Amino acid sequence: MAGSRGRGRSQFTFNVDALGFGRGDSLPTSAQTPSPLFPPMQFRPVPLQTGEEVDYMLALKQELRASSKNLPFHIKAARTKTDVARYSDKYQNGELKNNCIEWSPDWSRMPKELCIKVRKPRKTAIGAKPQLKQKPKVAAKKEEVLQKLETLEKREEEQHSEEEEDEEKKKQNDEEEGPDADEDYDEEEIEDETDYIMSYFDNGEDFGADSDDNMDEAVY
Amino acid sequence: MTAQEVRLCGLLLQEHFGNVVEKVGTHLIRSGVLTLRALAHETKLPLDLVKKSLCVLVQHGMCTFGAGRRGPAGPVEYRINCEHIFHMLRYPRYIYTAKSLYGDTGELIVEEILQRGQMTMSSTVKTVADRLTHNMPEGQSMDYSEVVSAFSQLVETHFLQRCPPLASAGSSSSGAVDTPLPVATQPTEPESNPDCYKLPYINLTGQGKRRRSSEGGEAEQRAAKKARTDNSECGDDGIYWQVNFQRFHLHFRDQAIISAVSCKLDQTSSEIVRTMLRMSEVTTPAHAAFTQALSANEIFRALQSSYNIARPNLDQYLSLLVDDPMEFVGKTGDSGGGMYVVNLHRALANLARATLESVVQERFGSRSARIFRLLLRKRHLEQKQVEDFAMIPAKEAKDMLYTLLSENLVQLQEIPKTPDYAPSRTFYLYTVNQLPTARLLLQHCYKTVCNLIERRLYETKENKRLLEKSQRIEAILASLQATGAEAAQLTEVEEMITVPERQQLESLRHHINKSCTNQLLSKHESVT
Repeated sequence: MAGSRGRGRSQFTFNVDALGFGRGDSLPTSAQTPSPLFPPMQFRPVPLQTGEEVDYMLALKQELRASSKNLPFHIKAARTKTDVARYSDKYQNGELKNNCIEWSPDWSRMPKELCIKVRKPRKTAIGAKPQLKQKPKVAAKKEEVLQKLETLEKREEEQHSEEEEDEEKKKQNDEEEGPDADEDYDEEEIEDETDYIMSYFDNGEDFGADSDDNMDEAVY
Repeated sequence: MTAQEVRLCGLLLQEHFGNVVEKVGTHLIRSGVLTLRALAHETKLPLDLVKKSLCVLVQHGMCTFGAGRRGPAGPVEYRINCEHIFHMLRYPRYIYTAKSLYGDTGELIVEEILQRGQMTMSSTVKTVADRLTHNMPEGQSMDYSEVVSAFSQLVETHFLQRCPPLASAGSSSSGAVDTPLPVATQPTEPESNPDCYKLPYINLTGQGKRRRSSEGGEAEQRAAKKARTDNSECGDDGIYWQVNFQRFHLHFRDQAIISAVSCKLDQTSSEIVRTMLRMSEVTTPAHAAFTQALSANEIFRALQSSYNIARPNLDQYLSLLVDDPMEFVGKTGDSGGGMYVVNLHRALANLARATLESVVQERFGSRSARIFRLLLRKRHLEQKQVEDFAMIPAKEAKDMLYTLLSENLVQLQEIPKTPDYAPSRTFYLYTVNQLPTARLLLQHCYKTVCNLIERRLYETKENKRLLEKSQRIEAILASLQATGAEAAQLTEVEEMITVPERQQLESLRHHINKSCTNQLLSKHESVT
């Protein structure tokens, strides 16, 4: 190709007619900007399909989309703890936990490593027992009251320490530690440092439970 | 996996299963095969969430697991099956097909199994009976036996199949009590199971229960617990059923051929082809090029009497079908009045070609379509020949050819005369390759569906306030109608006036989404 350069300056190596324009015509202007995002269309698109079938399938699709949000297969990540532990956290039930699975698949058809052990909420089970006995009577003597309060305080500490033990066991079993372990440690520390007796704090769990009992006793 | 397919998979997973599963699924598609630990590490999600997502994906059959590179002793590796995720686009079509073939019962059965991935027969029957009873008027209830019969029909025609049993990777399949279950069990192909379509014997009698709205939560819990214990008593524990997507696709393929025949020829010929396809439904394997040979006598006997086709007419129709350039039906012999087959592959290839031509026509005009058809027929043509054969002036023909070339619908083939590829001594031939072009259009379709889904999400987010307002207004209206108030309704309706235009917008966008998935389906069928 370098050899033919001197031959005829104005000759091209290909057939010029095939290009579609003759010599001397101005070339089309080069593009200065990128092509528009929505270029104007030369031909309108074909109209959508309509009909009974299509309407029915459209309704089905909307229904499927809505119902799939309610199925247990729709996984939402548990809310990560914000920097400040809020007072209202204790009152909010139904917090999503990462380590419980809401439906029960057939574990024999899945690999063993995917099995998630469901944690039974032992907090309420243990908490119910001492609180059933926790019927503060107005006519009780001071010493009895104080004694009772001390035993209850011990039970609360036991419950928390039991939970701690459970946490540790599960820590060994699970791959990752849940955020609850930290929470319990914090609670324990707070318990030791404050003057407030934890049994005075009513977190509303026995709100409905005690209503079945004798109504003529005042409930704090 | 192309970028568009990955994007579409991600959007579909997000729509149905949420952000977490979408993240896990997309990462697994991009990486190919991963172990659980690697997946958790790379997605930086908590291990429990990853486990849950994988459970969901395995349950729905979208993820498969198997022994990894290190053999059965090593960690389990997971792989995503993208085709299965695309099937989610067509769920409404499957449900509608089941409804048209087997009525409401069939429709609900398929819907339940699609939503849950896999289910046992007894739990399906109970859930469907309860749902049907719920919709029935007070006092009536749906008997389990009707649902069981609908289920059996679905299984007999192969629309539902058993989930394949897990094959153990190691040799310890003899089932000794003290050998632990091998960790890396692999699911096998469903068709390899000889019991694939065998119905289990279940001991299930009763009727659907109507769920009363006044029942407390405790009663429902008790009922749910009871249902779970009942499950194991029914005798089909461990036998799970899934939807046989391939069978549905074959059905759609048949429908496409029949509708093409009825468009091209007439209703009667399409009925003949429908009869032929139905007769060879069970005998033809899935990917066969043509159906079993059927004699004209058999076809005549199998034709429904309502069509009133006389024997000589049938022969004429069959010869017309054979002579048609679309080659739907072929003649393979003369015994028994003529042996005829339906050419499945050829019919589908012709349908795909027709789709391509129509796409070019709609986007670039009928003259470009003429050039395109010319190139499809004549394979390779030079530029001058294109102008001559298409009878289009030179300048315009060049323009159109270059537009098609820039869109990659037409390719340029160089044939050199000399080894140094000098432009003046090379032939430049235009050509169309049907299969790659069809695949290109399929990718365009995927991209369109992605764009439409994103547009719909955007619109929903923008108008969220208005949508919520309209929902609240509807709820208020419903309660008002129950109590019979009149005047307040008018004011509320007036408030709604700004909403209808948004509602129209929303329905339009839903409509667009739906139509595109239908188009996508037809193209996909033709290409694959």
